[in-house]
Amino acid sequence: MAEILEHSIEKPEYLNLVKQENMPRAALVENHRDFHWITEKICGIVEAPTPTWWWVAFIVTSFVALFTFMGLTYLVSTGIGVWGLVSPINWGWAIVNFVFWIGIGHAGTLISAILCLLKQKWRTSINRPAEAMTIFAVMCAGLFPVFHVGRVWFAWWLFPLPIPQGVWPNFRSPLEWDVFAVSTYFTVSLLFWYMGMIPDLATIRDRAKKSAHKIRAYAYGIMAMGWRASNRHWSNFEMAYLLLAGLATPLVLSVHTIVSFDFAVSLLPGWHTTIFPPYFVAGAIFGGFAMVLTLMLPLRGIYRLHDLLTMHHIDNMAKIILATGSMVGYGYAMELFIAWYSGNPYEGFTFINRAFGQYGWAYCIMIICNVVSPQLFWFKYCRQNIVIVWIVCMFVNVGMWFERFVIIVTSLANDFLPSSWGYYSPTVVDIFTFFGTFGFFSALFLLFIRFIPMMAMAEMKAVIPKGDPHHPQHQLQD
Amino acid sequence: MEENKQHYGLIAEFKTVSGVMNAAEKIRDEGFTKWDVLTPFPIHGLDAAMGLKRSKVPFYTFFGGLAGFTLGVLMVWYMNAYDYPLTVGGKPFFSPIFPFPIFYELTILLAAFGTFFGMFITNKLPMHHHPLFEHLGFNRATDDHFWIVIETSDPKFNFDRIKTLLAALGGIEITLLENK
Repeated sequence: MAEILEHSIEKPEYLNLVKQENMPRAALVENHRDFHWITEKICGIVEAPTPTWWWVAFIVTSFVALFTFMGLTYLVSTGIGVWGLVSPINWGWAIVNFVFWIGIGHAGTLISAILCLLKQKWRTSINRPAEAMTIFAVMCAGLFPVFHVGRVWFAWWLFPLPIPQGVWPNFRSPLEWDVFAVSTYFTVSLLFWYMGMIPDLATIRDRAKKSAHKIRAYAYGIMAMGWRASNRHWSNFEMAYLLLAGLATPLVLSVHTIVSFDFAVSLLPGWHTTIFPPYFVAGAIFGGFAMVLTLMLPLRGIYRLHDLLTMHHIDNMAKIILATGSMVGYGYAMELFIAWYSGNPYEGFTFINRAFGQYGWAYCIMIICNVVSPQLFWFKYCRQNIVIVWIVCMFVNVGMWFERFVIIVTSLANDFLPSSWGYYSPTVVDIFTFFGTFGFFSALFLLFIRFIPMMAMAEMKAVIPKGDPHHPQHQLQD
Repeated sequence: MEENKQHYGLIAEFKTVSGVMNAAEKIRDEGFTKWDVLTPFPIHGLDAAMGLKRSKVPFYTFFGGLAGFTLGVLMVWYMNAYDYPLTVGGKPFFSPIFPFPIFYELTILLAAFGTFFGMFITNKLPMHHHPLFEHLGFNRATDDHFWIVIETSDPKFNFDRIKTLLAALGGIEITLLENK
């Protein structure tokens, strides 16, 4: 060592002080759990008798979901005027809620597809619930534009189906692009989700057969499609899974891009900006990760999933929230900068008005929740404290809803002509309809955790040391 | 051989991932063709150890995507430019630019369907009746145990020889599976 130092004269002194840091890779499944433990843990949730808390939660959330049902029934039977939409604000809560819910879905696809392509193995314990969240969030999102068309019984005109008048959809409209983007997104997410769970459904089928649960074995047997754990099948399955991940990645980026086109393609100040697509996508991932944590942290406690959903997972997700939250903050700053730099008086006014005008309070909530609160995640203490993580995630959920509210409503309320300005307030029907979607979403999520293996068992088994034929620890165990 | 019709194959259990990998490499080198490894999760490197060729699923994905793109172009052209042209904002009736999101989404949609059904077609699924089913649950092949099965229809199938081979490779619980 001394000789080497003598020869490398140019090496600065302080390099001698540099020591190699010992940073062992965090275990993805803690406490050296084996394959069978994972099977028992995850299948046990589905196979155990329905817990009382589940019934209570399911009844409460179903009751909350009735609010959406009542709101929509009243809307259809009376007319679109029961919503708070008054010219010039014709896109109120309905579109805010649509963008909010669709954005939440994006984290699920990010986790399942983009992290799969990036070979981030920690995704395996969160991808199944995150994908379920995507599907249910898109279902909630879809309700709003469908009813927003006014005469919902004609909503099928959005699709390229022949109608008696012979007119076809106008493909030059970003709203029509949205129909294709959202319906493709829903379908592909569903295919991806279902295909990924086939081996796990087969596990439940085989366990049910073994313990002589005939109905369960039959039901899961149908859903498992005759999966028989063959490696010849796994080979095709893995390829298909990778390809679906490869397809879902450009898809998820396109969906929120196209959602942002609904605004960006218009000529309205505050909407007509080129930064919208990337900033909407970052915002969607930001809000979606917050929702994943909002749902998974309580479940982790209830079902004692601490070995599967480790602090390492939570830490990673908190870091993604910090990164995307900062991107969103950059987006807000850049909007203001470009509004000034463009020299366009309407743009300039819109952004000053957005921050300090009649909706300044909403802008303030948005900044605090989306830009300020995630900054706590710079500190390891905050990322490792479940309560703080959960609270910040709730802030982000609120903030992301307000972001869409700010974008949509402030631009519409104060456009070019002061004589046509207005102020938007939701009616009780708006509030009920939106409130109910949380019940609808939660009830679906409860059904998911009750009937479907909540975590991707097969994928988790493949990432533990015992599942890796080349892992040094494994060689020792042999 | 009469025995071949009655029985599906010989199956042996392996306790560890590396055990089943080594055994698969040997069986591949012996030149068997009709055999399989049952594993509860995809083992990295097992495809090569079994000598499997690259999956054919991408073929279905590609043609699905191609069909989606073609369908998108034809649909937009037929509906907006041929069957019922509508003048909206002075924009052209057809262009490859403005409806690109439609082409893009349909390409992905049909490519995803191609992949999904491609997986089922290449795996010959759904198949709800198979001699292996009797074996799966009771022996935890979808839980934590690994199995190698050599089918009686393999041209090199020879009961005694294979039984010795599987045992030599570390296989336990060697069983003859019935064809049902």
